This record gives sequence, structure tokens and C-alpha cells, in this order.
Amino acid sequence: MDAAALVLVALLAAAAVLLVARPFLCEPVTGVQPREDEQARERLRLAEQRDRALAALKELEFDHRTGKICDGDYRELVGPLRREAAETLRLLDDRARLGATRRPRTRPAGAARARALARSGLR
Amino acid sequence: MALLGRGAILVAFELLVYAALAGGYAAARGRRRLHDSARNALVGAFGATLVAACVLVGAFVTRDFSFVYVAEHSSRVLPLGYTLAALWSGQAGSLLLWLLVLTAIGSAAVLLNRRLVRDTLPWTVPLLAAIGSFFAFIPLVVSSPFATQPAPPDGAGMNASLQNPYMLIHPPVLYLGYVGLTVPFAFAMAGLLSGRVDERWIVATRRWTLASWTFLGLAILLGAKWAYESIGWGGYYAWDPVENAALMPWLAATAFLHSVMVQEKKDMLRVWNVVLVALTFCLSLFGTFLTRSGVINSIHSFAQSSIGAWFLGFIVVVAAFATVVILVRLPLLRTRVRLESLASREAAFLYNNLLLVAFCLTVLWGVVFPLLSEAVRGEPATVGPPFYNFFLRTFGLPLLLLMGIGPLVAWRRASLRSLARSIAWPAGVSFATGAALLALGAGSSPLGLAAYTFSAFCLGAIVLEFGRGTYARKALGAPGWPAAFSSLVAHNRRRYGGYVSHAAVVLLAIGVVGSSLYGTSGSRHLAPGETMQVGRYALRYLGPTLRRGANHDELRAQLAVTGDGEPLGVVAAGKNRYHVEAFFANAVAIRTDWLRGEDLFVIGDQFNRDGSVELKVFVNPLVGLIWIAGAVFLLGSVVALWPDAREQRRRAHRALELEAARA
Repeated sequence: MDAAALVLVALLAAAAVLLVARPFLCEPVTGVQPREDEQARERLRLAEQRDRALAALKELEFDHRTGKICDGDYRELVGPLRREAAETLRLLDDRARLGATRRPRTRPAGAARARALARSGLR
Repeated sequence: MALLGRGAILVAFELLVYAALAGGYAAARGRRRLHDSARNALVGAFGATLVAACVLVGAFVTRDFSFVYVAEHSSRVLPLGYTLAALWSGQAGSLLLWLLVLTAIGSAAVLLNRRLVRDTLPWTVPLLAAIGSFFAFIPLVVSSPFATQPAPPDGAGMNASLQNPYMLIHPPVLYLGYVGLTVPFAFAMAGLLSGRVDERWIVATRRWTLASWTFLGLAILLGAKWAYESIGWGGYYAWDPVENAALMPWLAATAFLHSVMVQEKKDMLRVWNVVLVALTFCLSLFGTFLTRSGVINSIHSFAQSSIGAWFLGFIVVVAAFATVVILVRLPLLRTRVRLESLASREAAFLYNNLLLVAFCLTVLWGVVFPLLSEAVRGEPATVGPPFYNFFLRTFGLPLLLLMGIGPLVAWRRASLRSLARSIAWPAGVSFATGAALLALGAGSSPLGLAAYTFSAFCLGAIVLEFGRGTYARKALGAPGWPAAFSSLVAHNRRRYGGYVSHAAVVLLAIGVVGSSLYGTSGSRHLAPGETMQVGRYALRYLGPTLRRGANHDELRAQLAVTGDGEPLGVVAAGKNRYHVEAFFANAVAIRTDWLRGEDLFVIGDQFNRDGSVELKVFVNPLVGLIWIAGAVFLLGSVVALWPDAREQRRRAHRALELEAARA
């Protein structure tokens, strides 16, 4: 009984070692984890801000429609929210244009990374 | 097979330690393959723990009493259901269950969120693994469920008070709640460590937090029902330290679920949210510590052991780690967004948070004070129900009112005029209810009257919110009222699921207030043929009966019940005597009148040789609402957790944007 248990433990340990070693046994991709740069982080912050502003606008419209917000409050709140949403969208567009003009210079590195990520099944 | 169990736990421990160390190094140095390897180790640890758990379950099923744990917690006559549940009836087995749930949930959370939080994930894996390492270390070194002995002919059986159908469901649900709270903690800390303090960790853990909170809430209610039916003192919640141990993280998680919405909507309360997540997780560890260390004298103290010091040390390490990480990342967490008005939805959430956290910390103080008193002064002190009830009233009533007001207030700011217009209808309902209850005699308890008036306000506000929303959806072009209603809920499942949960809390409050403030009780010594009267019920004692069950004897007092002179049948209250365990347990009689919403609760306290019996009888009004509240609470959570196609599209779009920004 103990011998059988020992064999099973050994099999379990072997399976664990294989599972842990698997990423190193696969075709090497890149040893370095791709990290977000400042630009990507800023873009994400703006995307969050945009989503927040648009959701707030939708919510405000619905609250106004249900009578939770009176006309006066609605008029007072909707203007700044619309401006915030528009400003965020403009900043996002600016960044997208900026990214598009810069892309040719960074394309080789970016493309290599994309290929590498695609090979590793991450994209 | 004990060797296989021990070996599997050892493999799980080694995998978790590797995942913690290698994962931490990979996160710090940005090593992708090492990170993948650590992630695989976390998943592998789940597999190894599953093998260990299967070995232990197998030992229970085959009645292999060479396992000390099996011999101590089961017997040959124990029914199969309880034999399986015996896995978590003791300390070592329940900690193995903790580890199993933790590795399962941790692996699932990591695998399901690998695209959304790719930059945070390298830190999440080592954090989950580090927590798992501790829970693997305990069954490996300190309290092993795989210790062996020469097999005795039979086991000692299961603690008789655990032999109840709720034993099959309450502990696993409780553990899902406790352990699930590890996920938001690990992701929040990983976000801080990686410097990603945006809302991604919240999005990634939202459902995990909500599900854990739901499990914890259900576990508290299941535990209350178990206590009500099994312990037999007429109540359902005794402010026992171990009961409080589950309540505290639930309160903190409730505060977090509300405040996190403020961060999502307004990018405020970032620091507060990570503090709440850390507090919630530490309280869930503290809850496990209280349940399993035997440090506190409680009806739940099934185990007295040496794990207390290890657990306390671990809680201190986790709390210190979280504090340091939050302090170091404080500059990143600060936002420039300020509260626009004290009359706004976010302000209401803030008030609700302050009340919930204050109540949580008060309960914590009540739990730890006896421990501190014993440690400092050498004499134990008792913190009883009056302490908790006072603070429940102090914080609970304003919370009930806020639960009604909050949904009626708009985000950002609300003028007094629109606020007054919004609350007019619920306030009218509330005053009408108060006046009607006063006329019916509910003024005997001013506190109860206030609670019911506030409850009516809250229910009125919920109905108003559903009504106005459905009307607006209909005006927006929904083809009919049912379509308008379903469109309303589908457009904001979290909000309307939340309102259903609010309704559950109101039902709970009505049930608790009714049963604790408007109940009647009586006790009497009855000889066969004698009658006692309690409230509108008359109970005639017919005599004792004895029946032999599978593993116990059932001694019962047969009582013919009449209500307002109408015969209502026979109830039987008494005791069970468990053969192997040599233990008596109460077997109360409960007769529920669903129309009135009240229970007739009978305890056969003592049986005398002359056939007479000492009876305790309670009439608990509205107690049934507490259990109905559980079902409504579950419904609310299911609505809130239901997959939202719009939200998924938004997340997918955001992920694509992030990919584009990275490329």
C-alpha cells in the first residue's frame, strides 16, 4: 500500500515539475515582460475618464427623465459633463494621431514584439 | 493512503512557495516565462490539494480509522452525508478545505483575468501563492489531517450539534465567502505593487467580491437558521464571537461594494477602497483564526489547538504588508477629484461607509476586548448582547434610513427641491405605515416603531425607483410594461440587483425587530394532560415518546396545539441522545404560521422520570421574513452578477485600446 502511495506521490511530483517547467520547454519567445509605457498609461487614464464622463451623462439623462433631477439641476450639470466628455475625446484623438505619426519609427520593435506575443499565444 | 495525502500536501506547499518566490522575482524583473511558470505552479497546487482532499474524503467514506482525523470525527454508524461533511468538521480538514478553495479560486481568477490585468497579474500570482503557502504549511507541519495510528474498531463520531443538515452546506458556503475575499485583496495589492492604480483591479475583481460577499451573507443566514433549529434557545443570533467573525468581513465588504462605485463613477476614494479591501481580508483571516484556534470560548469552539499563534502571526504580517504597500503608494492613489456636495449619491455612500465601518469596528472591539482583558489584566471579561444591540440600534437605524435615501439622490449634487420631491412619496408611505402600526399597538416598542417606519420608507424608495425607471423605459420606446421593466434591469443590473438586496436587508430588519421586540415567551413544568398558554397558543402535553433512530434515540414531548381555540395539530419537542458520542442535543419543535409570519417555538428542556417535562415556549413574530430575506438576497446577487453583454463589450473594447496603445 505504502509502495503504491509512494509511486503516486512520485507521479504527482513529476507532473508538478513538468507543469512548472512547461513555459521553459516551449519555443522561446521573449524573456522580458512587456510593460506599459507612460503613453499607454496616459491613454488608459483618458479612456477611463471618457467612459466615466459618458456613463455620467447617460445616468444624468436617465435621472432627469425619471424625475430624480429637476430641470434646473439638469441644465447646471449637463454642460460641464458634456465639455468634460468632449475634451477627453479630443485628447484621445490627439494621442491617436500622434501615435499614428510616430508609428513608422517604432514599427520594427513594435512588430517584433507583436509577433513574439502572437507566437506565445498571448495576442 | 495517508502517505499520498501527506505527499500531495507537500507538493502543493512546494509549488506555492515556488510560485511566491519565482513569481515575485518574475514580477520585479519582468520575466515572462518565469511568471508563466509561477502561474502554472499555482494551478498545479490546486491539483495537488485536490488529490490530498480526495484522499481524506476516501478515508472517511471507507471508514479508515487509521487516520486520526477520521477516527476523531466520524464513526461507523454516522450517515454518509455527515461522513462526507466530516471533512470540514474539524480543524485540520477545514484548513485543507480553505487551501483547496483558495487555490481553486486563485487559479480561476488569474486565468480568467490574464488579458484584462496583464501588467498587474505578475504580482497577483506571488501574492495568492504566498497566502496559499501559509495555508499549506499549517496542514503540512502544524495540524495534519493525515496523521495515522493503529486503527481502532470504531471512531469517536461527530460532535452531535454538528449533525444537522445545515452542516452540509453552511461551512463550505462560509469558506467560499472567506476565501473569495482573498482575490480582491491580492489584485488590489498587486495593482499597488505594479504601480497600476487605475480601475482595472476593480473591474477584474468586481464579480469575485460580489460573489464572496453573497456567500458570506448567505453563510451568516444559514448559520442563523442552523442555530435557530438546532441549538434551541429560541433565538438565531447570539452575538457569539465566531458568528461576529463572519459578520465583520461582511460589513467591511458591504462598505467596499458601495465605495468602489464611487471610485468607478467619480475616481474618488482610491485610498479608502484599498484600505477597505485590506481590512476585509484581514477580518476574514481573523474569522478563520477565531473559528479554528479555539482561543475564544464559543459554541463554535470545536477545536483547541496550537495554530492560534501561527494564525495571529500571519494576520500581523498581512496587515503590516498591506499598510506598508498602501503608504508607499499613497502619492499614486491621491486624486484631485473632490466631493461636490454633501447632498449627492457619493456623499450618501460615504455616510453609509462610515456607519458600516464604525459598526464593524465596534463589533471587532466587542470580540477582542475579552481577549485583551485576559491578556492584560489576567481576568476574562464578557461582552454580551446588550453591548452589540446598543450599537446595532445606533448604527443600524441610520443605515436603514440611508438605504432608502441614497438611491433617491442623484450623483454629483442634488438641490433640496429635487431631493424633497424624490423623498415625498416614500416619506408619505413611511408616515402612513407608522400611523397604522401605532394604531395597531406597535407603539409598545418605540424602537420597533422607528425601525418599521424607516423600513417602510426604504421599501417605498425601492418601489419608486423601479416604478419611475420602468415608466422612463416605456417612454423611451419599450413595447410594453414587462419589456420596459426587463430593459430597466438589463441596462443596469448592478444597480437594480443592489435594490433587490436592499429589499432583502429591509425584510431582515423587519424580521429581526419583530422577533426580538414583539415576541412573547413562557416556561412551565407540565405533567401529562396539563395545558399551558403562551400568547394566542394553548399547548396540551399528551405525554413523552421514545423512538430509536439510526445513530441516536429521540425523546419527545407530544403537545397538542390550539391557536385562538382552533386545533393546529401536534408538535413534538425534546432531545436526541447520540449513542457513540454519548451526547444530548436539543430537538426543538417549530410550527410556522406563514400567514401571520410567526413561529411557535417549543423546547423540551428537561424530562423527568414521572413523565413530566419542563417546557419553554416562544412565539416569534415575523421571524420567517429573515429566511425569506435570504432568498431575496440571493436573487439580488444573481441579478447583479448576471453577465452584462454591454459591460463585456466595453471591457473588450478597452482591452483592444490598451493593446493598440502598447503596440
